[in-house]
Amino acid sequence: MKRLLAAFGAVLVALMIPVSALAEETQFDYSQSEYDYTRFAGQGVSINVYNWGEYISDGEEGALDTNREFEALTGIKVNYTTFATNEELYAKLKSGGSDYDIIIPSDYMVSKMINEGMLEPLDYGNIPNFQYIDEAYRNLEYDPENRYTVPYTWGTVGIIYNTTMVEGEIDSWDALWDEQYKGNMLMFGNSRDAFAIAQSRLGIPYNSTDKDDYRRAADELIKQKPLVQAYVMDQIYDKMEGGEAALAPYYAGDAIVMMEGNPDLAFVVPKEGANLFVDAICIPKGCQNKEAAEMYINFLSEPQVAAANIEYIGYSTPSSAAFALLDEETQNNPVIYPPEETLAKCQAFRSLPDDVNLYMDSLWTEIMSTGTGKNNLMGIFIGCGVVVVIVVLVVLATIRKKKRESMY
Amino acid sequence: MFKSRLSAAPYLLWMGIFIIAPLLLVCYFAFTDASGSFTLANIQGLTAHVDVLLRSLWLAAVATVICLVLGYPVAYILSRAEEGQQRIFLMLCLLPMWMNFLLRTYAWMTLLENNGLINRFFGLFGLGPFEMINTQGAVVLGMVYNYLPFMIMPLYSIMVKIENSTIQAAQDLGANGVQVLFKVVLPLSVPGITSGVIMVFVPAISTFIISKMLGGGSNLLIGDLIELQFLGNAYNPHLGAAMSLVLMIIILLCLGFLNYFGDEDATREAIL
Amino acid sequence: MKRVSKFYLALIYIFLYAPILVMIVLSFNASKNRNVWSGFTFKWYAELFHNQIVLESLGNTLLIACIAAVASTVVGTAAAVGINSFRRHVRNAILNVTYMPMINPEIVTGVSLMLLYVFLGVKFGFLTLLYSHITFCLPYVILSVLPKLRQVDPNIYDAALDLGCTPVHAFWKVILPQIMPGVFSGFLMSFTYSLDDFVISYFTNGATSQTLPITIYSMTRRKVSPEINALSTILFLVVFTLLIIINLRGRNPKKKKRSA
Repeated sequence: MKRLLAAFGAVLVALMIPVSALAEETQFDYSQSEYDYTRFAGQGVSINVYNWGEYISDGEEGALDTNREFEALTGIKVNYTTFATNEELYAKLKSGGSDYDIIIPSDYMVSKMINEGMLEPLDYGNIPNFQYIDEAYRNLEYDPENRYTVPYTWGTVGIIYNTTMVEGEIDSWDALWDEQYKGNMLMFGNSRDAFAIAQSRLGIPYNSTDKDDYRRAADELIKQKPLVQAYVMDQIYDKMEGGEAALAPYYAGDAIVMMEGNPDLAFVVPKEGANLFVDAICIPKGCQNKEAAEMYINFLSEPQVAAANIEYIGYSTPSSAAFALLDEETQNNPVIYPPEETLAKCQAFRSLPDDVNLYMDSLWTEIMSTGTGKNNLMGIFIGCGVVVVIVVLVVLATIRKKKRESMY
Repeated sequence: MFKSRLSAAPYLLWMGIFIIAPLLLVCYFAFTDASGSFTLANIQGLTAHVDVLLRSLWLAAVATVICLVLGYPVAYILSRAEEGQQRIFLMLCLLPMWMNFLLRTYAWMTLLENNGLINRFFGLFGLGPFEMINTQGAVVLGMVYNYLPFMIMPLYSIMVKIENSTIQAAQDLGANGVQVLFKVVLPLSVPGITSGVIMVFVPAISTFIISKMLGGGSNLLIGDLIELQFLGNAYNPHLGAAMSLVLMIIILLCLGFLNYFGDEDATREAIL
Repeated sequence: MKRVSKFYLALIYIFLYAPILVMIVLSFNASKNRNVWSGFTFKWYAELFHNQIVLESLGNTLLIACIAAVASTVVGTAAAVGINSFRRHVRNAILNVTYMPMINPEIVTGVSLMLLYVFLGVKFGFLTLLYSHITFCLPYVILSVLPKLRQVDPNIYDAALDLGCTPVHAFWKVILPQIMPGVFSGFLMSFTYSLDDFVISYFTNGATSQTLPITIYSMTRRKVSPEINALSTILFLVVFTLLIIINLRGRNPKKKKRSA
């Protein structure tokens, strides 16, 4: 046992070495910025960042490794974890006991969190790079006086589809209710985005506070359910790139990345309009290292970092300085930076009253738990039957053989 | 004999805080609302999800039966093999179990996809593609794959105790294969069957990962529903607690039912 | 072994190993697309070893498994001795509660512990994971030590007392060596269960310490990188080697007893 423990000890030590030996050079030069990034160096400070999955440049294939860059620059350790939906983030924070320093919710969730006192006001003196944020993305409805947030990205929702698997152009949400794509479509795995699609189709405003509207939208989603292959979030990357499904609603930024992976894919903002969202960096209440967290926000807003980051994740940047650094092709890409007439069709989400939220949650549970009527049980039964017969034969054969042997 | 009740004190304290108190909290949450006042609404709210519960019960039961049917001969063959072979074959059976189950389930995703390996294999013969992933069959397959070793283990440990001479005696006395199976081997292995059934059924009915990864979200199980209420898209820990409570009660009832048939001590022994 | 049995076993082993084999093969595939084989590469292994999140969570997993296994072995062994000293019905009552984490579905244990930490106001992180792991490891230690304790011949213990040992001394010298196999298997079981646990960790992890299974879960929810196949291959090889070593050790029961 001693030897076993010694072996584990050795493994642990071996693991510590590469981690501590990671003090590398930074990729960019920050000397021209007047910001003192090194004031926490060597103090063992760490911050806990909670972000969407696939929502930061992580060093893959030579891209900027944002968090490592920040660690190398400041000496602050980043504990980076991810969530898949706004609601998941909310549940994690609301249940208490979590200690995140940085979170990146979407607009409607930001205002819900502000209303519930879950966010810490920011000290913008400590985030001078806020100056680069375009006027159009300041003082937005979710944070009217801009006291809590620094916008991270924005974008639209639309349909991503495989041109080899659909007929003609897709231009309407109706495609997601089209019988011919039965079993070939994916759907949002989060309630607000899924409801919004049904609402667009029914012509209900996204921020309606009438519960009946949500009931109607839910019925629409239940009607759609037999056609849906799976409810997904970031699993969509694999499925769309690999041609597992013909069409799916998702965020424009991710669609860009998927289209790079599979040239057959195309993206459209349907004619009924879609959601226009802004995701913003915030600091939740109870943050332990507010100053270090603000340093992280400032770092993410450094034009060169923001540009490298946005280039990788494919979304649209609210920073005019970062936008200027992008190559022309990206700047003119209508999927990432859609023309005015497309944006005019889009609506933003706002925070809904508590009772509507609760009602929507229960409707979502109902949609999720509805059986699809898709019955594969016959297959199971036949399979079981075959298996049982084989097994019984095997057992009998085994036992009979033994008898013969014992007779000799 | 050495007696020291005091040495159990740290554990008893731990048990109170980390086993009993959490279960009491589950009960408390199940019967209160967000403001903390008593309510039965959560329990009543469950009636809307009876079909999910039935689906979980059904799929878990199917998976358990398949595991039993598949695993029983394996255990029997292993228990009749020579000593040296037994060790190796048993090890080979249990080896996949020690690899993280998320990875194993993920591997099945790759295999079952519409463009996955199995469909491509069938495609060579001009068959398919078959719709395999995101179906109930895929969920059952995932359960069987993940929990089959749990069935084989207890069955094997009971069956090695059946002497070859017992079987030979039955055969010498004129029993045919069917009779040996049903009159000798099966009755002697009942404790192994009970504990195997428990060890497959309990994790199968409460899983939320397998259905999530292989079921595509259309085949929600009770475990997914609970997860949805605590960390998912429909935050409502009170409803989640009520569901957990019901799940717990169902499983305790099932266990009681099984223990009624099986030998409790043997079951526990087999679990270890 | 007979031909039919061999054939049947072979089928079952194919079923059990096919997915693992596929992952191993894909881990050497140069293309990200898993439907195209475009050459042999070690690239994904190299990337895996530069993935700090994976390395850190591996470190966390090992650390938690070590501490949880040691702690639950010590507390559990002491508890087994104590439980064995109680009268029958008290003992049975305690044991019934002890079984709870074993027979309860993992998700219920996870959820209930999550509610407990929220109620007590403990921050989710390394400690909550550790507490949870100790909680589900303890029953395995207790239940593997208790039967060994019952097999101990009380006369040997009495003889030690007669020969002038204090009870505590006699415990260390006489009883502990005899229950050591149970203690050891309890330790091993705790260690492996703690390494492998996902569900309970999922509900009790926080921002600062993720275990490997949690990291794997978040990898499966995202754009898939063949790194995950490389990781599976490595884990499989580690487990395979460990099992072979343990098996070879187990072949010499006499030697093992003496060294214990």
